[in-house]
Amino acid sequence: MILIISSQGADINSLVDPRFGRSQFFIKVDTDTNHCEVITNSGVNQRGGAGIGAAQIAVDNKAEVVISGNFGPNASSALKAAGITMMTFGQETSTVQDAIDHYKQGKLNSFG
Amino acid sequence: MLNQANHIKQLVILSGKGGTGKTSISAAIADLAYSSQKQVHAVMVDADVDAANLSLVLQPKISETREFWGGSVAEIDKSKCIGCDLCKSLCRYDAIIPYADGSNTYFVDPIACDGCAACVYSCASEAIRMIPQQEGNWFHSQTGYGDLFHAELFPGKENSGKLVTLIKQNARLWAEDTQASLLVVDGPPGIGCPVISTCAGADLGLIVTEPSVAAIHDYKRILNLLRHFKIPVIVCINKSDIYPDGVENIRQYSSSQGIEILGEIPYDEHITQAMVQGKPVTNKYPKAPASRVIQEIWDKIVYRLSK
Amino acid sequence: MENAKVLCITVASGKGGTGKTTVATSLALSLASQENVLFLDCDVEAPYGHLFLKPQVEVEKKAVILIPHIDMEKCILCGKCVEVCQFHALAEIGKSIMVFPQLCHGCGSCAWHCSSKAIKEIHNPIGILEAGLTQEGIRFAHGVLTISEPLTTPIIRQLKKWQNAETVSVIIRDAPPGASCSVVETLRGADFALLITEPTPFGLHDLKQVIGILQDMKIPGGVIVNRDGIGDSQVDQFLLQNHIPIMMRIPYSTKIASAISSGNTLLDVSSSYGLEFQALFQRIKKCVMEKEAC
Repeated sequence: MILIISSQGADINSLVDPRFGRSQFFIKVDTDTNHCEVITNSGVNQRGGAGIGAAQIAVDNKAEVVISGNFGPNASSALKAAGITMMTFGQETSTVQDAIDHYKQGKLNSFG
Repeated sequence: MLNQANHIKQLVILSGKGGTGKTSISAAIADLAYSSQKQVHAVMVDADVDAANLSLVLQPKISETREFWGGSVAEIDKSKCIGCDLCKSLCRYDAIIPYADGSNTYFVDPIACDGCAACVYSCASEAIRMIPQQEGNWFHSQTGYGDLFHAELFPGKENSGKLVTLIKQNARLWAEDTQASLLVVDGPPGIGCPVISTCAGADLGLIVTEPSVAAIHDYKRILNLLRHFKIPVIVCINKSDIYPDGVENIRQYSSSQGIEILGEIPYDEHITQAMVQGKPVTNKYPKAPASRVIQEIWDKIVYRLSK
Repeated sequence: MENAKVLCITVASGKGGTGKTTVATSLALSLASQENVLFLDCDVEAPYGHLFLKPQVEVEKKAVILIPHIDMEKCILCGKCVEVCQFHALAEIGKSIMVFPQLCHGCGSCAWHCSSKAIKEIHNPIGILEAGLTQEGIRFAHGVLTISEPLTTPIIRQLKKWQNAETVSVIIRDAPPGASCSVVETLRGADFALLITEPTPFGLHDLKQVIGILQDMKIPGGVIVNRDGIGDSQVDQFLLQNHIPIMMRIPYSTKIASAISSGNTLLDVSSSYGLEFQALFQRIKKCVMEKEAC
């Protein structure tokens, strides 16, 4: 299964980024291969907002779940259309590692 | 002027091959953004941190200096080293060297050391520790054309893109605080880590190429990278009159890829002369042939970014 | 010199576009008939030396980094591998150890320190190495980084090791631009550094960076001023004050610019360059063997 988490830095200990579309990086976690990848958010802007570009990254990477602080209207409609589950974290989630642990513990909130 | 819903646009200037004129053109863009009638409030970033030249033409006054601390290197305490040789056998970077004094002890070559710390954890006599390294400095400066964020990586250090990311983040925060509408990022040559960090968050990539076989070859490489990140691309050809066949090649290739050529700048000594005098060419020689074309290119960029 | 018979020259610059590849390829061609030349294009991000030397590529090899593969059946989740990794390439997530291949430097520390032998190293390709001969008999090799891969120094290291033939008498390494770790790797083990600059403020600034590296690595060097005449005299003054020899000057000329643009070398502009580079080589050889300044 593939998770994507919005992150301010390039590794597991980095602080999460509360914004999905404008996040600097995405950390992709593949629980089948146990491989992770750091994806630099190129912030595509062609079709009307960074949210679309970020959603495209999630789709291209075959994400099943995306985790962030919030999803703007463009991102959320694109992700919903693609059948990707959105989850949000709160104040207690500080790092990417936290976000993944909290996801597994069922402590994140559903979005949309 | 470019502001739509407070989104700060980001223009990155790249080339693939070095020496095509990115920095000279970035400086001219800084000048035009600042001084043209339809002024654009831009913040400049020099992302070529191990060969930072933009400040040589923008003449910045540094208002803030910050240290950049990157990785660490290993250091062996000679008095604790028992010469067992284990660290040397583990080190994949040929960084562990025996002293030539017959003492059967070792030291670490800090230039070769990759900072992996394999030796630290394996040393039975705990003789090795990691020393954090200052790898450079970064600066926030004021210039006659707006604020500039730049850096100097110390010679030989790892250019992983971290320092580029750091100055871009700070430039963005400054742009938000001062309601700037544009970040102009002068990128490094190549396609590796620092270029990837330069590209992050870009709204538009301007490839500066020249009509030589070498530059055309690398134009294709940098274009692939920008495409990989789905960043819209435009091109300009510098030194366009030195090899007409090359210009034709670039035109055909760009057309086949659906990329607009914004302008063809002739080889113009005024660019070097302006550089020697520490000024952007459009500022020092506004009527020079190169300046005229760069002005047209800038107008087209503004139009594109406003859409 | 690692082997008394092989002289290794790295051509570097600092600033991009000063003419490293122009000089490196022209030098290789000038020596081809008298020496057994190995040309290594170490600008793995954007290599184009092959456009000038036109080798017939005969062999190809993947450039790889060794990344850890963890057998979760043997893993006891002690966390030692995560602890030793300085690059955060390993993370404990739930009941698994996850790997970040892009962050991995291939140092092998995790595998070595694993107490349950759960980690083996596997190949992660990051580029390709290619080699062949040119029609002048120059052995050519280059590395090409796969687009979007971050690390360059492992490819350069592998390239240097790959084509070490016994019959080679001269190795010419064409360095990437800049003054960071990939330039250091291209310089490591060289007997001499030929620095190509242009007489402008940009050229001088970046040249100083590379000279800093040479001093740290204790590699002797000399400078070629290319496009002489386009800027000012500050480069000359700096080199004079710092006792760094200017070994050659190549004037700016539209004829040269046009020739290089079309994929020709300096020898195609004038055969006198062949003689000049041969003389330059003899001077470098003498200074390296006698351990004297040029």
